[in-house]
Amino acid sequence: MAKGESVAGTDIPPGGFVQLLTPDGERIDSVTTADGTTYSVDFTDEEFRELYRDLVTVRRLDSEAVALQRQGELGIWASLLGQEAAQVGSGRALRPQDMAFPTYREHGVLYCRGIDPIMPFGLFRGVDQGGWDANEFKFNQYTIVIGSQTLHATGYAMGVTMDGRTGSADGEAVIAYFGDGATSQGEVNEAFVWSGVFNSPIVFFCQNNQYAISEPLERQTRVPLYQRAGGYGFPGIRVDGNDVLATYAVTRAALDNARNGQGPTLIEAYTYRMGAHTSSDDPTRYRISSEVESWKAKDPISRLRAFLTKQKIAKKDFFAQVDEDANRKALDLRERVLAMPDPEPVALFDHVYPHGSPEVDAQRAAFTEYQASFEGSGH
Amino acid sequence: MITLGKALNHGLRRALEDDPKVVIMGEDVGKLGGVFRITDGLQKDFGENRVIDTPLAEAGIVGTAVGLAIRGFRPVCEIQFDGFVFPAYNQIVAQVAKMHYRSKGKLRLPITIRIPYGGGIGAVEHHSESPEAYFAHTPGLKVVTCSNPVDAYTMIQQAIASDDPVIFFEPKRRYWEKGEVDLDAPLSGAFPLHSARVVRPGGDATLLAYGPMVRVALDAASAAAEDGRELEVIDVRSLSPIDYPVIFESVRRTGRAVVVHEAPGNVGLGAEIAARITEECFYSLEAPVLRVTGYDIPYPAARIEEEYLPDLDRVLDAVDRSFGW
Repeated sequence: MAKGESVAGTDIPPGGFVQLLTPDGERIDSVTTADGTTYSVDFTDEEFRELYRDLVTVRRLDSEAVALQRQGELGIWASLLGQEAAQVGSGRALRPQDMAFPTYREHGVLYCRGIDPIMPFGLFRGVDQGGWDANEFKFNQYTIVIGSQTLHATGYAMGVTMDGRTGSADGEAVIAYFGDGATSQGEVNEAFVWSGVFNSPIVFFCQNNQYAISEPLERQTRVPLYQRAGGYGFPGIRVDGNDVLATYAVTRAALDNARNGQGPTLIEAYTYRMGAHTSSDDPTRYRISSEVESWKAKDPISRLRAFLTKQKIAKKDFFAQVDEDANRKALDLRERVLAMPDPEPVALFDHVYPHGSPEVDAQRAAFTEYQASFEGSGH
Repeated sequence: MITLGKALNHGLRRALEDDPKVVIMGEDVGKLGGVFRITDGLQKDFGENRVIDTPLAEAGIVGTAVGLAIRGFRPVCEIQFDGFVFPAYNQIVAQVAKMHYRSKGKLRLPITIRIPYGGGIGAVEHHSESPEAYFAHTPGLKVVTCSNPVDAYTMIQQAIASDDPVIFFEPKRRYWEKGEVDLDAPLSGAFPLHSARVVRPGGDATLLAYGPMVRVALDAASAAAEDGRELEVIDVRSLSPIDYPVIFESVRRTGRAVVVHEAPGNVGLGAEIAARITEECFYSLEAPVLRVTGYDIPYPAARIEEEYLPDLDRVLDAVDRSFGW
């Protein structure tokens, strides 16, 4: 039996998943999977409150981005609405030395890495194409072609091994993010093969949000996604992706296995994309509102709030303060996004090659001269 | 005297010696030494962490090379044959080529992708193609090809040392051609990687060729000399960027140019070179720039490939047409 099957919890999909916090906010102290692994979290009250703050903040920043897009200030936005627990749980499970390879939706992971949330907005506003240093932030640039980053993550993880940085508690681990749709890509399957063969220190973190734009999970697979790992020779486990505690516990354990030299793990974080695929999508064309409603009842934030309230870990004034702080962050983000300058036209030619190229340099010179020919003529 | 293939082997060996971050990866490159033995003996001497036999998946070879490069390695990927590069095309064109631009110069991917290419070896389908134009068309990549053992030895080292992603095309049917190579020659001060070279001077017409066709062009020039025509032969060497100043200087002197390559002519390197010569040397030209190329068909069956490949006669025929204009 694969990991993650027949595990206690409520409202679980066929095959089960690891859940440590029910949709009603009931805490499950620990869960032991079929292979004998026990998952639990040991958070202080303050850490529970901080997790809540993370979830609320990333949702609020996301909603600000959606608004900015609707107001024409962003070209497009890929909302993480509904996937906050999967991203915060896994993002907080990363240790500082770990490297993350995101898709274009991992704004919550980015936030949990301690990165200024404005960083990816250049890409969505269209003033650049990312432009950050993956190594400085231990967070690769967003990858838009579906699944390609899983191979980059795998190669990076091979490099970790070649550098002798696995096999100890302070070793390095790599996490590759992707979605349910990506599991159909050849490159993702190649990444699984490679990681298995080289026993690479990598965690494949699949946010199964049930849809690849319009196509439901059934169009990508006829087995639960986490079960695919067995065919590649490493463990797969499904976790309640709307449960930040379980996501944290499962990801932390998988990352630690990786850094200790025990190789890859596939985590299927079972969640739901509450919003559209991107701001250009219309989900009413392919899914019914009752389905969306049923997932609202499993919301990652409300369940943690219910838990904090019941356990008297936080009171109303705390929740109000978190909302206010998140609001302030969102407004600050808005102001800074609006202040992002457009690049100079000649920036077209920047950074094509590390040391230039005679052809590109000549085109830059010709372009500059052409632009200058308009000066004073009103263009 | 060593063969072009052995020169590449020596060049790779020196790159592995000179930089501990250089790793070679590909199908059968380890124990077997590659199907053409270009990596022969390297795994034995440098270990399985430096010369990596990979699973059989080209996108995986290049995609994992990207990750290794992000971590600071300098991967040298071998694609076993020209026609097998296409599974890796997405990684090369969408990722390798764009990462530096996308990151505003913060990420360099000093990856070399070696591809044996071209026909003339009597092979089955997918083993004789010339896909260089696909890569030369892609901004962010540099594309080079060698035609002789001396260049093979130097250029492979220069490509690996370059901070650019370099697609390195190897003329597989010339792997066994021999030449004198100074294995102790320092890399610094060597002929620049992206420069074209006049390999035979002449004043009557300019033949432009690269990779496996340089030999054909040189033979054509020898034959033409017997008829009293002095053809200048330029080994283009770098297909992106192309060293146009050398080409323009020659064509302004000779007034005639013929471009030779194995790849189909339609939208090929020859078309681009002809267009640029026309733009820059218009008043020097005595005739239109002519092309001698593969036909616009899929690479044919081995028994008739000689009809497809440009040869001495077709090159001389084009030279005749140029002079007859």
